[in-house]
Parts: sequence; structure tokens; C-alpha cells
Amino acid sequence: MKHLIDPMDLSVEEIDQLLELADDIILHKEKYQEVCKHKKLATLFFEPSTRTRLSFEAAMMELGGNVLGFSSADSSSAAKGETVSDTVRVVAGYADIIAMRHPKEGAPYVASRKVDVPIINAGDGGHNHPTQTLTDLMTIKREKGRLDNLTIGMCGDLKFGRTVHSLIKAMSRYENVTFVMISPEELRLPEYIIKDVFERNNITYKEVRTMEEVMPELDILYMTRVQKERFFNEADYVRLKDSFILDEKKMETAKEDLCIMHPLPRVNEISTKVDDDPRACYFKQALYGKYVRMALIMTMLGVSADEN
Amino acid sequence: MKIDSIKNGIVLDHIKAGKSMEIYKYLGLDRLDCSVAIIKNAVSNKMGKKDIIKIADNLDLNLDVLGYIDPNITVCYIKDGKMVKKEHVELPERITNIIRCKNPRCITSVERELDHVFKLTDRENRVYRCIYCEAKKSEY
Repeated sequence: MKHLIDPMDLSVEEIDQLLELADDIILHKEKYQEVCKHKKLATLFFEPSTRTRLSFEAAMMELGGNVLGFSSADSSSAAKGETVSDTVRVVAGYADIIAMRHPKEGAPYVASRKVDVPIINAGDGGHNHPTQTLTDLMTIKREKGRLDNLTIGMCGDLKFGRTVHSLIKAMSRYENVTFVMISPEELRLPEYIIKDVFERNNITYKEVRTMEEVMPELDILYMTRVQKERFFNEADYVRLKDSFILDEKKMETAKEDLCIMHPLPRVNEISTKVDDDPRACYFKQALYGKYVRMALIMTMLGVSADEN
Repeated sequence: MKIDSIKNGIVLDHIKAGKSMEIYKYLGLDRLDCSVAIIKNAVSNKMGKKDIIKIADNLDLNLDVLGYIDPNITVCYIKDGKMVKKEHVELPERITNIIRCKNPRCITSVERELDHVFKLTDRENRVYRCIYCEAKKSEY
């Protein structure tokens, strides 16, 4: 793995190895605290993203490495009109690995074709966000102990949600995974994913309009935000928004070992009253994101704890 | 209607009726000095109707363009009034700078001098996607 641009760049075996390494990092943190000593991670964030950037930076710091970079296009040479290709060629001389977020789709791919330094796509517009997918896979593996034989509910904005699309593609490679898509008609999963992923791979799926009717079936509930601006009119938004809010009442019929996930940030789609429920995994999910990024940085830099 | 045969040059045959002007444009035939004949809606036993383009010059053709527009086109090379070679084009795996990505969120919309490259992702349905943003050719 030279670069990580698309979550599907990773084979099932590579994902297994990364998750195994991340598990070991959690168990033996001290073993890894200097594996990236004298190595530098550049975080090139052409648009703000507190969570992802901090997660990358914390990951590198915990590995004993250093971090440099910028957190918005205004504070980079992009503001002066520099191309992505030029920026990345310059930074490749200063860093050993680059994590890039860019509002334009395909920007990290353009960067990866210009330099030998490993590029990690930290989100390119509404397109790909592979480290979020790795985070989600790690959460499922840690919380459920497996990535196969699961019923996964996905709720909210399934039309524009890139995390949902990527996770569906990634999970479709495991045996006996059933998908339940919960969304308003206006935000249902795009037809091409239904055709290209579900139907092409003979995956069982169903689409429903309310959470209540499927809660007892789910092993995992992946919540996303229903954004007001996705609706054509205010009335539709007001009518539908409450159907996709997870609260204590809806949790009553859920399985005892349900795992609730959310890529965060949350607005109101999960009541804060659910936070203390042991089934709420979204804050743990954010934490796993750091560990899986540690595993990814190590793998892409080709370093291991055994060398130290 | 009679169009003279060409002595030396290229004949693009079996063009789907109505597609000849598109090919004329994509191949930049308007920039040639030699004779170019476009025959629209010629009678064809196989196709019913077809277009034909005759070019009285031996130029280097971008076969990818032809394959992309119409993979059923036949390219006949004529020398001294005789056909010396016949080629069948096919749907190309990649096309570069033939079509442009129209997704306003794609990096191609801002990055200077970046080639617009599309790859064939579904041969059966002739689906091409931008290699950067993966938008379908006709999505925007």
C-alpha cells in the first residue's frame, strides 16, 4: 500500500492486519511510543476539520513522531493560487507522510501521482474518507468481535452521506451481512449503490421509513445527520426530522448488545440521554479512529515495534 | 448521390447514422487542408443507414476517440485507390482530454493543466467515470 486514497484500495487482508495492529497498540501503548521518532507527518487541511486533523496529529504524536501542516486553505499557498500538485511536491521534501483533506474531489489522488511520499486521503469533498471507514470497521470489530454475520442499520441522510456509502462498500465484502436502510424518501440510498453493491453481490437489504419497525433486528445502528439544507422545503424537514432522532424510547426495543455508531459531529439526531447507555459507541468510535490511524501511519511508513 | 473514391487516405465506415459530425469535431477534421467528405444516412445492408467520412490524406488518427464515440466504426486505409488495411476500433479503457469532467466539485475544475481522464468502468453499459472524482460522464 503506497497511498490510501479510496477505502476500497485496501484488501480484506490489509484491513485485518491494520485492525490487528491497532488492537495491539491499544494493549501495549508503551511498545509503540517511539516507533515514529524522527519521522514527520504533514497535515495538509485545505478545509477545516478539527476532529480528523487532531486525530491524525494525536496518532503521530503517540508514535513519537512530529507534526507540521496547516488547517485551512487561507493559511496555505493555495490562497495565492498554487496548485495541489505544486504544494504537495514542496511538502514532500519536508515530511515523511502526508494526510490531506481538500474540498475538491480527487485532490489527494492528484497529489499521490506526483510524489513518492505516502499520501493519506483525509477526506476529499463528498467523495472518499478512507480513514473514517477504517475507524468504522475497527469499531464494529472491537464492539461486535466480528465483521461478518451482522445486521447493520443505517439511518438518516443516506443519499449524500459518504461515510455510509464507503462503509456499505467495505462491509459488502464480508459474509452474511444484511443492510437495513432507514431514511426519508428524499434521502434514500442512491440507486447506483443498490445496483452496483447490493444487487450485484446478492446482498440482502431492505429500505424502511421509520426506525421503530426495525430496531429489534439490528446488531449495529449507524446514525447520520439529517441536514436541513438537503430538503426542498422547511415543511418536509420539520415533518421528517423527528423520525430520525434516536432517543431512549426507541432504544427500549433494541437488542441488548446493539452498537450505536455515528461519525460525529452530532447535532440532534441522537438524544444526549442515550450517551450513557452502554450501547452508545460513538465516542469510543472517535477514539478508535486515533488507534487505527496510528496503525495506518506505521504501516505506510513501513515501521514496526519489533525494530525498536 | 455520388462521391468520388479517394486515391490515398482513410475511410471511416459503418459510423452510426448521425454521428459523423461528432467525429468530424473530435478528430479536428475542420483543421485539415485536404478534401474531407461526410456522407450522412448512406444506405447500408447491415445497418440500414450509416454515415461515412472520407479523408484524402494519411493522417494519424486517434482511434480512442473513434472507439469512444462509436466502437463499431471500421477504419479503411487507402493507397493508390486500393484498400491496404482495415481496422476495427474498440471501446477504449481510458480516454484523455476527449471529454471534460463537469462535476463542479472535481479537482479538474480548479487544478491547472490537469488532464481530464475518464476510465471505462462498465463495458456493457458503456459507462465512463472521471478518474479523480468518479463522476459518470453524463452525471453533470
